[in-house]
Amino acid sequence: MSNLGLIIKREFSTRVRKRSFIILTLLGPILMAVLLFLPAYLATLPGDLKVITVLDESILMDFEKGTDEIKLRYLPPDKFKLEQAQEFSKQEGDYAFLYIPLSEGGDPDFLGRNVQLFRDGDVALSVEGFIEDKLEEYIQKEKLKVEGVDPEIIARTKTQVNIRIINTEDGLEAENTTLVKMGIGYVAAFAIYLFIFIYGSQIMRGVIEEKNNRIMELMVSSIKPFELMMGKIMGIGLLALLQFVIWIGLGMLLYFIATSIFISPSLESGELMANAGTNMGAMADTPVFEIWRSLQGIDFISVILSFIYYFIGGYLLYGALFAAVGSAVDKESDSQQMVLPITIPLILSLLVILRALDNPDGALAFWFSMVPLSSPLVMMARLPFGVEWWELLVSMLLLALAFLGGVWIAAKIYRVGILMYGKKPTFTEMFRWIRYKN
Amino acid sequence: MLKAEGVSKYYGDHRALHDFNVEIEQGSVFGLLGPNGAGKTSFIRILNQITAPDQGSIRLNGEKLQAKHIQEIGYLPEERGLYPKMKVGEQLLYLARLKGLSKEEANRKVKDWLERFELMDRAKKNVEELSKGLAQKVQFIASVIHEPSLIILDEPFTGFDPINTEQIKQEILRLRKDGATVIFSTHRMESVEELCEKIVLINKGEKVLDGMLSDIKKQYRSGNYIIRTEQALGTISGLNIIEHKQHFDAHQYLIEANALNKQSLLEKVLPAGLVSFEEEEAHLHDIFIKLARS
Repeated sequence: MSNLGLIIKREFSTRVRKRSFIILTLLGPILMAVLLFLPAYLATLPGDLKVITVLDESILMDFEKGTDEIKLRYLPPDKFKLEQAQEFSKQEGDYAFLYIPLSEGGDPDFLGRNVQLFRDGDVALSVEGFIEDKLEEYIQKEKLKVEGVDPEIIARTKTQVNIRIINTEDGLEAENTTLVKMGIGYVAAFAIYLFIFIYGSQIMRGVIEEKNNRIMELMVSSIKPFELMMGKIMGIGLLALLQFVIWIGLGMLLYFIATSIFISPSLESGELMANAGTNMGAMADTPVFEIWRSLQGIDFISVILSFIYYFIGGYLLYGALFAAVGSAVDKESDSQQMVLPITIPLILSLLVILRALDNPDGALAFWFSMVPLSSPLVMMARLPFGVEWWELLVSMLLLALAFLGGVWIAAKIYRVGILMYGKKPTFTEMFRWIRYKN
Repeated sequence: MLKAEGVSKYYGDHRALHDFNVEIEQGSVFGLLGPNGAGKTSFIRILNQITAPDQGSIRLNGEKLQAKHIQEIGYLPEERGLYPKMKVGEQLLYLARLKGLSKEEANRKVKDWLERFELMDRAKKNVEELSKGLAQKVQFIASVIHEPSLIILDEPFTGFDPINTEQIKQEILRLRKDGATVIFSTHRMESVEELCEKIVLINKGEKVLDGMLSDIKKQYRSGNYIIRTEQALGTISGLNIIEHKQHFDAHQYLIEANALNKQSLLEKVLPAGLVSFEEEEAHLHDIFIKLARS
């Protein structure tokens, strides 16, 4: 086995046996599912019931009842003065007290400025928002009455529009599938971002550890620093790939288990496919079928192949840069500042993606999908929408060139850095290292 | 065996090694001496091909130093270190294989060396579980496991207790007997005098002195005498006493070498009850300091 092979094997096998790797690999998909679904689940949970005492002297609110979480308790204005009402609200232990005074000369705007909400302490944003919305609604009704317009007419003429967008490209008359494409683009780009970050910093930590263990000098007396660096990057890369494959496998397993348990059997894929052929009309309205149909419009082979290319290319490019930073410092805490020039393009790409998903053919998306440090993420976000073949080719070529250049620079810094101890180098010094001869 | 000619190495403006020449014979223990920062490590790194010289050439067994020679060189760096979370046996196997041994050969060598150092029962322990002394032994094994023909030891006795130091010394001599050439880099002179036949002294990147240890000692001999007597010496004409120390009931004098020959000096000091008489030996330590300062 070549030295590179031996190093890859060691880097891979020492890490794959670690308990932390096994746990993260098995729990990762579950944790991610929890992270995805927990906020949605929490939002469905009923909150604490908040009762608000209302003294509505103008009878503006029309005895509005409130919601499941916010109940309004009305006091008769002829029997309660402001102070009494406030006292009553306190005695009852109600959440807050809302006071709507008598409008001067029936001016609705007066109310808008003079309604008061009392509470010992801060008021929840949701409560404030709810009350303001309701007041706006009722005050608007009052104004319409003053202007002589029947609010009923307004309500009746309210219209909702859902335009049907037809993509006429390539003569393929498909329904608009923007949302699904956005989803695929975002997930693919985010996966690359996540893996570059997790495993890039693992490379950096590995290099710092080797420096701290003072084993570097022994190692480079047997092998070339370049082999040591690439061995580490590739060994950890294989680990990343293994974890990714396991996550996808487990994710699919979880998906099948979840769908078979929680979703009614009629929606199971087999039946769905059968129905799709025979009962097109009835199925066309279900959201599952819509997603299934929009997936047909995406060139999956090129998306998947490109994903593999950008995943590996992006990882190798950033991995080499992380290794260079690791070699330059002695302690992980010293790496924070050095790692900034690497993390900035990554985070920037993530921000650009949000725009790119909205406008995949815009100038911003185009240029960021060409620049090698951002192309792995941004191009992946654009791809599901379809990209000209030459754009893809140029972007891939630039990434390959950047990878070669990046590895060359990183190897130069690495070679000097691994044997330097003590002082934390400046960027100028690191730049000087690049120009050192062997 | 090894010949360096006009070797220079610069780091930016810093001159690490300048026009350095040295020749090391097959089967010798060679001392590479110099204060910290003299250029020893730079030279060693060039030999190990960790860095390349800016000028000059190195020949190993008549051939220009090249990548294949890495397998013929064993290196114990001053900066000691192993993978702490790797098992002793596994680690030695890995390092041996990086030096080009086949799996079977590496396995056999690991077993041999662990037995020789009585470490067989620690083979399955992580390096971090070993005491410092034992870890040092593993480190020594790691540098010689592939039985190289050139062994470079940078401060090999640092961190060893006297018993382990002796064991390592014996191993070095055994390896030499088996035909290996040993380069021994240090700034501790006492171990050099015991082991080395030939030395080179470098300071600030340049060679200050080289040659056979015995010749150098002869060359730097002061010619002064050390004598011990029972009674104090009175004033003796023609005798210049440099130093006088009293140890319990004996007196020790350092007497300058001058016109008096050995015979007449002895005659003059005999009446004071002569206990011992010897010529002052040149210590490498003093030569080293003298040259390093100049």
